[in-house]
Amino acid sequence: MTNHWVDIKNADLIFVMGGNPAEAHPCGFKWAIEAKKNRKAKLVVVDPRFNRTASVADYYAPIRPGSDIAFLGGVINYLVSHDKLQHEYVKAYTNAAFLIDEGYGFEDGIFSGYNEEKRNYDKSTWKYQMGEDGFAKVDETLQDPRCVFQLMKAHYARYTPEVVQQVCGTPKDAFLKVCEYIASTAAKDKVMTSLYALGWTEHSVGSQNIRCMAMIQLLLGNMGMAGGGIGALRGHANVQGITDMCAYSQNLPGYLSAPNETDKDRTSYLEKRTPKALRPNQMNFPQNFPKWFTSLCKAWYGNAATPENGFAFDWLPKLGGPGDTLAIFHAMFEGKINGFICQGFNPLSSVPNKKKVGDALARLKWMVVIDPLATDTSEFWKPHGEFNDVKPAEIPTEVFRLPATLFAENSGTFTNSGRVIQWRWKAADGPGDAKDDTEIIAALFLRLKAMYAKDGGAFPDPILNLTWAYTQPAKPSPEELLREINGKALADVVDPKDPTKVLVKAGEQLPSFAMLRDDGSTACGNWIYCGSWSQAGNNTARRDNSDPSGLGQTLNWGFAWPVNRRILYNRASADVAGKPWDAQRTVLKWTGTAWGGNDIPDMRPNAAPEENVMPFIMTPEGVGRLFSRELMAEGPLPEHYEPFESPLDNNPMHPNNPKAKSNPAARVYKGDMEAFGTAKDFPYVATTYRLVEHFHYWTKFSQINAIMQPEQFVELGEELAKEKGIKAGDKVKIRSNRGFIKAVAVVTKRIKTLDVDGKKVHTVGIPIHYGFKGATRPGFITNTLTPFVGDANTQTPEYKAFLVNIEKA
Amino acid sequence: MIRDPKDLKRYTASERANHWVVGISFILLGLSGLAFFHPAFFPLTQLFGGPVWTRILHPYLGVIMALAFVVMFFRFKHLNKMTPADKEWLSKVDQMVDGDDHNMPEQGKYNGGQKVMFWALAISMLLMTLSGIVIWRAWFDLPVDIVRLGAVVHAAAGAVMIGLIMVHVYAAIWVKGTIRAMWYGTVTRAWAKQHHRGWYRQVTGK
Amino acid sequence: MALQSLDIKQRSATTTPSTQVRQTVEIAKLIDVSACIGCKACQVACSEWNDIRDEVGNCHGVYDNPMDLSAKSWTVMRYTEVEQNNKLEWLIRKDGCMHCADPGCLKACPAPGAIIQYANGIVDFHQENCIGCGYCVTGCPFNVPRISKEDSKAYKCSLCSDRVAVNQAPACVKSCPTGAIQFGSKEDMKDYAAKRVADLKERGYDQAGLYDPQGVGGTHVMYVLHHADKPDLYAGLPANPSISPLVSLWKGFAKPLATLALAGVALGSLFHYVTKGPNEVSKEIEDEIEREDALANKEEAK
Repeated sequence: MTNHWVDIKNADLIFVMGGNPAEAHPCGFKWAIEAKKNRKAKLVVVDPRFNRTASVADYYAPIRPGSDIAFLGGVINYLVSHDKLQHEYVKAYTNAAFLIDEGYGFEDGIFSGYNEEKRNYDKSTWKYQMGEDGFAKVDETLQDPRCVFQLMKAHYARYTPEVVQQVCGTPKDAFLKVCEYIASTAAKDKVMTSLYALGWTEHSVGSQNIRCMAMIQLLLGNMGMAGGGIGALRGHANVQGITDMCAYSQNLPGYLSAPNETDKDRTSYLEKRTPKALRPNQMNFPQNFPKWFTSLCKAWYGNAATPENGFAFDWLPKLGGPGDTLAIFHAMFEGKINGFICQGFNPLSSVPNKKKVGDALARLKWMVVIDPLATDTSEFWKPHGEFNDVKPAEIPTEVFRLPATLFAENSGTFTNSGRVIQWRWKAADGPGDAKDDTEIIAALFLRLKAMYAKDGGAFPDPILNLTWAYTQPAKPSPEELLREINGKALADVVDPKDPTKVLVKAGEQLPSFAMLRDDGSTACGNWIYCGSWSQAGNNTARRDNSDPSGLGQTLNWGFAWPVNRRILYNRASADVAGKPWDAQRTVLKWTGTAWGGNDIPDMRPNAAPEENVMPFIMTPEGVGRLFSRELMAEGPLPEHYEPFESPLDNNPMHPNNPKAKSNPAARVYKGDMEAFGTAKDFPYVATTYRLVEHFHYWTKFSQINAIMQPEQFVELGEELAKEKGIKAGDKVKIRSNRGFIKAVAVVTKRIKTLDVDGKKVHTVGIPIHYGFKGATRPGFITNTLTPFVGDANTQTPEYKAFLVNIEKA
Repeated sequence: MIRDPKDLKRYTASERANHWVVGISFILLGLSGLAFFHPAFFPLTQLFGGPVWTRILHPYLGVIMALAFVVMFFRFKHLNKMTPADKEWLSKVDQMVDGDDHNMPEQGKYNGGQKVMFWALAISMLLMTLSGIVIWRAWFDLPVDIVRLGAVVHAAAGAVMIGLIMVHVYAAIWVKGTIRAMWYGTVTRAWAKQHHRGWYRQVTGK
Repeated sequence: MALQSLDIKQRSATTTPSTQVRQTVEIAKLIDVSACIGCKACQVACSEWNDIRDEVGNCHGVYDNPMDLSAKSWTVMRYTEVEQNNKLEWLIRKDGCMHCADPGCLKACPAPGAIIQYANGIVDFHQENCIGCGYCVTGCPFNVPRISKEDSKAYKCSLCSDRVAVNQAPACVKSCPTGAIQFGSKEDMKDYAAKRVADLKERGYDQAGLYDPQGVGGTHVMYVLHHADKPDLYAGLPANPSISPLVSLWKGFAKPLATLALAGVALGSLFHYVTKGPNEVSKEIEDEIEREDALANKEEAK
């Protein structure tokens, strides 16, 4: 989230699309209710299903799964054509005025530079026109036809309310009503917050769904405002922490772009990743990349990381290709991976196309499952009736199950969606032989290290030199780990302007990433977590909830990354002169000599307004991007593409261009394209989701959750149920081109049949939580049905829109 | 009491046994039922091993009584058909109660009062049984509205029945020489001649 | 259960007054249906605090589960899809004991002390005194008490009287993520409800209102409803609940009256006996029979 959970209470409009916080985030959703109760805020929900969030909403509009960009593009068109923009904000704080390269173009659904064979783009034309001064050219009148604003306006002019209705199935009047709600927050003293979750990410155009909303929030001037921003509601209590710490192979901790095989040495690696400012006077904060990266290398390799060996750059792994989940399982499926350590992960249930995943696992020599629960994955080889119809004799994989402790059975931190890192204390011992994950990994590491030490091997350095300075090497404590992640000064850190002034003494914990150096004098395991355990102690364990501003900022509760800042881009909550857009919700203001207010400034503290340092300090241009340059895989402006399994024959936006039917830049493996079904055989749109009664595939093991929602079901609208002769409570069989599941039918008024592009489209809703292991009634794995394709940027699978057929079982 | 071989047989052993099965179950049912009828009688539950046992036993006793009563009903039904003489008897019942039975018409085995008692008890018993089944939660689970009605009917019919039985018992005590009919099965000829002359003639041929 | 005898206002099947010396604040739980998201946290909290677990059931084609109140589920969410003013609404109501000021269960109960009403308004079942007759079920206008199949005792929400006794809100209130369940003095709850109703009216729910039915003397569990004119929409919440006239009639005055009538019959009989004397066989008939016998004996002797 750009803002944080409590801040939702400051909103005037809570716009929920691509998420269902009442069910997936009931505790955080409290703040939406607070805003309704205390600010008279409105809650608007757009979703394929009238869900439990919609049950408390002021307005609900239905939408066909996978058509969000058409809807949001329509909103952009509405805002621009009705002049519902926060003009000052758009002009000063976005790249609306920036001129775009003459070579950039967009034709019938395809942007300039497309390579059909490789399914990717040459993005060299998706850039700013550069002036002779080395900075991007702008037209502050926003009239130049090559300026971002005009290009954007033209791009979305096609998304009329009629087109929205045609593509999304949302009735025009409902769409316009939603637009009116959204447009009302273009006023300087009205703020909308957007709450989304996997309903936007889990599409082949997931990233662009979210970008669309980012653009809307920029146009309305809602970014950086209290009660504004974009709320990415993270599912797991600590999935934000996992992301921050690099659960993804493309990143190092703190979202540092990981080296790949094209990065031959430290110098060229750093050069590629250290941007130059695109406008004068901008902070261009990523220019500090070398400091963050070098400190990370020092945290990992300590004294072994020296200037001479490029601070151990050569010891870091260099990826040869994509390392996302789909890529890994595809490689496993092709027999290219033969050992698998599966820690806190249940891929048989959570990766699309269960059949393919099961076959992939069956090609392993061994699999180690580290988990508190006896997961479905750990028994992928075991027959469980029709729920897991396999032949163990044909599966050679040897499976080891290592019981781990559960979150309440160890100490550590959780980082919530609002980036607030909170220490948590162990509540109970784990059962039986269960060990903390850290202890299991330490044991593995120490054995490997001993083997390398004894036998040598091809490349022992990265293992032998790894820093492992824990009091008990076999049991690194969570406290030691957080101190290490925060980082410390290895030598005295001095003020660059006055080298006689020592800012941090050698050996002390670092107070903030401003102290990080690229000369090896600092170590830091994750630059954005720097400050979480300073010399003052464990800041994540702070529990002072005093709230002097009344905005819920509570700066002394836990620690928010970065530098305890609670609202990102908060400089944008004030106008160019430094005066808050809305004095009632002051986040930041210019006091005459410095930035003050109710948050840690997202700005150089003494940057006077006259200096024209713009609020989006993490971009080299200093402003928010309506046009994303070359940073997205499928285009600088979001465009509607159909899901890979669509009920329509073509993309109604580009009916005559089959290349532009689905995301042209999405990666599709051979074999998976063939496994897509068509509307002829699978006429109904399916979407998967979560229920409030369960968490993922965990709580099916918990008796009390099993009591609350004991058995797998699917939801379908009354019209489809009638057509198929299905009654509530009937057992039904749902098939996709990849397999089938059986479940109980819930027949509901809450899923409407939509008219899309002249065709009736029925939607079938499928909760995910069930499987053949656990305390609930044994069930099928929902991901038996889902397609093996992901978003072009993140490779997040398209769980939210695919095709099925349904019949009485 | 002196037993005389010339005494008249009024009830067979089987009839007497039948009566006392009903009678004893009724007493137990009355005591246990009263315990739940009003808090004043709640201590009666101690006679049955405490309140929960009272609740458990009461309906089973009811089943016994109902079955025994059905047998008794069919045994005596034909003897309890109302006749014009019964109606005359009933119209003069106030004199009878006043202690003067000289003007009472001649009666068969049962007089009008007894017949009314028979039918009143039969109706009450039917209501008791049906409503008892309705509210017997251990075995039946019926809609709450029916259970509510059942509870009222059960209580009302129970109260009526206890009243009737009190009258029945008192009548037996009041009319001397009656109770032995249910002990030994016989009554004296004089008793029969006085109270049930018609029946007396019938059995003696006089 | 944890409140003291000084807090008992009324007990079942007891004809004398309970202690009246202590005055306590009347409490209430307010369920703001318009803020309820149907997450069932209250159901879970209820199970956990009271340490009871219902069966793992089945899906019956609806979100409700467990499907009904039971001896082991003292509160359940009831989900209803309705169309009001051409708008689909998904009404979600937390069902459970309403803690009536005039509790029908207590009135119907024949077991002394099995049902207790505390001065703060909580109506509590004391299972050790419960005889399992099920009369509380017939007494309840909201169809709440359930008799356990295992032990034949009656069960229902206790409003966490054990928690309230030590100044803690009931478990469901504590666990409610959206603040849809509030707890406090009945007066405060009514004030709070008035604000919520005003807010709902501003949002176009003209008939929003508080559900505190006077037919049972008001309740200590109240609802804020968007459609207070149609409580029946919310899974059959009764519009005008009252103790069934059958129960009032039966328990109210019919029973004492019947008791008196029976005493009258007994006493009447006694006095009839002592005033009129026994009805004995008359001397004339005795003599008649004796004469007949003598005659018969003579004939036999011949």
